[in-house]
Amino acid sequence: MNKQKFIEELSNRISSLPEEDIKRSLEYYGEMIDDCVEDGLSEEQSIERLGNMDDIVSQIVSEVPLTKIVKKRVKETKRPSNMTIVLLILGFPLWFPLLVAAFSILLSVYASLWSGIISLWAGFGAIVGTALGGTVGGIALAFIESAPVGLSLFGASLVCAGLSILFFFACRAATVGMCILTKKIVLGIKYCFVGKEKK
Amino acid sequence: MDVQLKRGLLDVCVLAAIKDEDSYGYKIIKDMKPYVEISESTLYPILRRLEASKLLTVRSAEHGGRLRKYYHITKLGLERIENFNREWKEMIAIYKFVNKEEEYE
Repeated sequence: MNKQKFIEELSNRISSLPEEDIKRSLEYYGEMIDDCVEDGLSEEQSIERLGNMDDIVSQIVSEVPLTKIVKKRVKETKRPSNMTIVLLILGFPLWFPLLVAAFSILLSVYASLWSGIISLWAGFGAIVGTALGGTVGGIALAFIESAPVGLSLFGASLVCAGLSILFFFACRAATVGMCILTKKIVLGIKYCFVGKEKK
Repeated sequence: MDVQLKRGLLDVCVLAAIKDEDSYGYKIIKDMKPYVEISESTLYPILRRLEASKLLTVRSAEHGGRLRKYYHITKLGLERIENFNREWKEMIAIYKFVNKEEEYE
């Protein structure tokens, strides 16, 4: 390998680093090869002396702070090509309504799930109300009006009270499940962003 | 040897190599060679690190029709060497204590 090839390969390998770091390391290795040659070695021998490319690259990357690398990534992704911008503007009447529609569908599915849970709790409230009202009303009715009607109402409300306990656990399980689902959705959205940066 | 310790030692070695007069990459490696073997790829991040922490400064000067980077030690760099010497005096005292029984045997 000669100097030019070496420099080319090195700059390819570290192309994702900030400009300043690329420039500095290429200058460093270029100067190192020149000094070796001046000392009497051939270009090939000088490059052999530098060791393998993987080590060289990893040593260069090791001193560049992660924040600088991420910053460069973000800058690169934020600047789409002119063609992409034109397409984005021209396609706006098409993609924007589609995006809004897709978003609203997802949102409404999510909202309907929550409304299902709210109606479950409302059902629970109704049963509890029936049980309480039925118990008091049944006892009162048994004494004031007729005993059989009052007692059967009392019995029915006891059944309601029993059901309400089961219902409570069902509602609670549904709510907990929904909370877990919400967390997973939020996490999924986050991964969408992080994944993009990792590429 | 402990990686962190060796890293610190190499930093001081490089500073010592430019202490008396400004030097450049290839010469630093050559001057250190009789004492410590250091590769070109290891020296690069050390120089960047020392520059970033203002222990040395860099200037480009012409040499044989091309540019060469010369490294110059700063006041902070000299202080770092002094600190190193002080710490190692303590280390040597500890070393002597650790091995004193062997001497009596």
